[in-house]
Amino acid sequence: MNARLLPYVLILPVTLFLGVFFLYPFVLVAKLAFVGSEGLSLENFRDVISYWKFPISLKNTMLLAAVVVPVQLALALLMATMVNRMEKGRDLVLYIWTIPLGISDLAAGIIWLAIFEQSGFLNSMMTGLGLSDGPVNFLSYQNPGIVFLAIALAEIWRATAIMLVILVAGIGLIPKEYYEAAEVFGASPWQRFRRITLPMLRPSLQTALILRVVLAFEVFAVVAALGGTLFPVLMGEIYAYQFDLQNTNAAAALALIVLAISVVFTLIILRALRVPKGATI
Amino acid sequence: MAEIQIKNVAKRFGSYQALHDINLTIADQEFMVLLGASGCGKSTLLRIIAGLETQSTGEVWIGGRRIDHLPPKDRGIAMVFQNYAVFPHLTVFENIGFGLRMQKLPNDQVTRRVQRTAELMHIEQLLKRYSGELSGGQRQRVAVARALAMEPDVILMDEPLSNLDALLRLEMRAELKGVLAESNTTAIYVTHDQVEAMSLADRISVMHQGRIVQAASPVEVYRNPAERFVAGFIGNPPMNFLPAVNSGNGQWTVAGRSLPGPQSAAGNLDFAIRPEDLRIASEGLTARVRLVEPLGAHLLVTCDVEGTMFRAILDSDMAIRAGDHLTLAPMQDRIRWFDPETTRSVA
Ligand SMILES: Nc1ncnc2c1ncn2[C@@H]1O[C@H](COP(=O)(O)OP(=O)(O)O)[C@@H](O)[C@H]1O
Ligand SMILES: [Mg+2]
Repeated sequence: MNARLLPYVLILPVTLFLGVFFLYPFVLVAKLAFVGSEGLSLENFRDVISYWKFPISLKNTMLLAAVVVPVQLALALLMATMVNRMEKGRDLVLYIWTIPLGISDLAAGIIWLAIFEQSGFLNSMMTGLGLSDGPVNFLSYQNPGIVFLAIALAEIWRATAIMLVILVAGIGLIPKEYYEAAEVFGASPWQRFRRITLPMLRPSLQTALILRVVLAFEVFAVVAALGGTLFPVLMGEIYAYQFDLQNTNAAAALALIVLAISVVFTLIILRALRVPKGATI
Repeated sequence: MAEIQIKNVAKRFGSYQALHDINLTIADQEFMVLLGASGCGKSTLLRIIAGLETQSTGEVWIGGRRIDHLPPKDRGIAMVFQNYAVFPHLTVFENIGFGLRMQKLPNDQVTRRVQRTAELMHIEQLLKRYSGELSGGQRQRVAVARALAMEPDVILMDEPLSNLDALLRLEMRAELKGVLAESNTTAIYVTHDQVEAMSLADRISVMHQGRIVQAASPVEVYRNPAERFVAGFIGNPPMNFLPAVNSGNGQWTVAGRSLPGPQSAAGNLDFAIRPEDLRIASEGLTARVRLVEPLGAHLLVTCDVEGTMFRAILDSDMAIRAGDHLTLAPMQDRIRWFDPETTRSVA
């Protein structure tokens, strides 16, 4: 067979698969989003955006991402650096740290609910230590800060490892000689991290951040478990449109808005962490 | 003043003894080459001096100051790595200026020093490029410039030319020698290439299995090897050896011939002679030619003397063929003798 054609032939099955099971449904969703009462229009988008819960759920989603992702990035970098320095037990530590990855997000939400709810661990512990007189309902509308904190904690606990594994692999690829050269030429451990690890990790950072940010915009089950209706987020609103209000067109429109936000942030991350032209990493 | 003193340095990796009791003094501004086969501990010793490895025992002093407990940056050293370690995410300019930036020198000083060292290494037109856009030789120059820009007391180089092709290596070798002679730094240069060592060194330290077996000038190492190992390692081809039996009064019997040698009570010694120190004569060692390799000006003749391989470098005018019998006379003042027990040279 023609060697120039072969690659295309080889990716054909995957392309077909993606076309049938990804592109086609996507086109259907897009169609739904743009179909209004009088044919094609932006009516659904207008409705969705002007609904009173849209600004608050957008704000909540963004706020959560803005708090959770940087914390996760810092934690993942710290953990990856530590793991990389270990000589013994490296794999064991890595396995333990990645356990939360194997737990579904709803289960993770429920685990943290068991900690924070009125009859949960935190209340029992505080009562046991004599720090409080009786059970407190942390996750109520009177404690929006605690609700937010609980959700953020659960998200950090649940999804830091996805960044960790990407960064561990990335750091492992940086040749040791660069660190030795940096050390000889006077770079402190922090400077080596800033001037060698971070820049040379850019490709991995891009992947990890894009993956994590996009997932942060899709946060749903953890919020549902811990916050219920107290903390509306975009994904929760899509769910409500589709299943509570039976408005598929509005759900599709909101889904496309989330997609657009994800694409914008992906582009921002790609741009911010791009490797300068000519530099090879 | 940057005299380097290495005192009783030893290094173990687990149960493996990589260095045994190394003692070496390198004079201020001396160019010292550590020469030895792969795995003999050259890099380990260099890295201990650099502070990238910690010795198991012993001390390292530079310029009268004990430095083996200091981090690399406080030792007054700079290093050129075997794979260059030119940072791929920084331009040539920032690579050369890396150490100066770490010292927080003001911008104009960094620029001045980078510019000057770049000119010295003839790479001033490459300052804006990244390492991925450079050839191996250019990358090598950047690595050297980065070290020189530090204006260090001591410059350490670990096989800096081994990744270059032969022609470039020759060119860089000459250039390095010139640049380092100008810079007044003390240099330690690791190589497994004896030609490189000969051409660069003020002194060569020949290493073998974690020990320094001889530290002397290139000529001395070549002419008067302190150990049989050095005699068999230096020179291409290296020295020939034949067993010698004491026949009294300083006379030794070598391959059936009597030769004057050391006044020694020992029963046996090893006779050694360089291939180029043999002449065809009427009196001498009887050799049967096995192989003749023309080298242009000379012939490399591989022979057999009483069952031992014996090489001679002879004038290429001579018509010598495999199977011929030659009588080879060693030049008397070039003969060396080694004790087969201690392997050390006997005068
Ligand atoms: N970090 C290390 N751990 C274990 N053994 C090592 C280490 N570094 C070097 N060695 C061993 O020490 C010996 C000397 O190594 P090295 O100094 O790199 O040799 P050279 O540079 O002369 O080729 C080798 O046998 C090598 O395997
Ligand atoms: Mg080495």
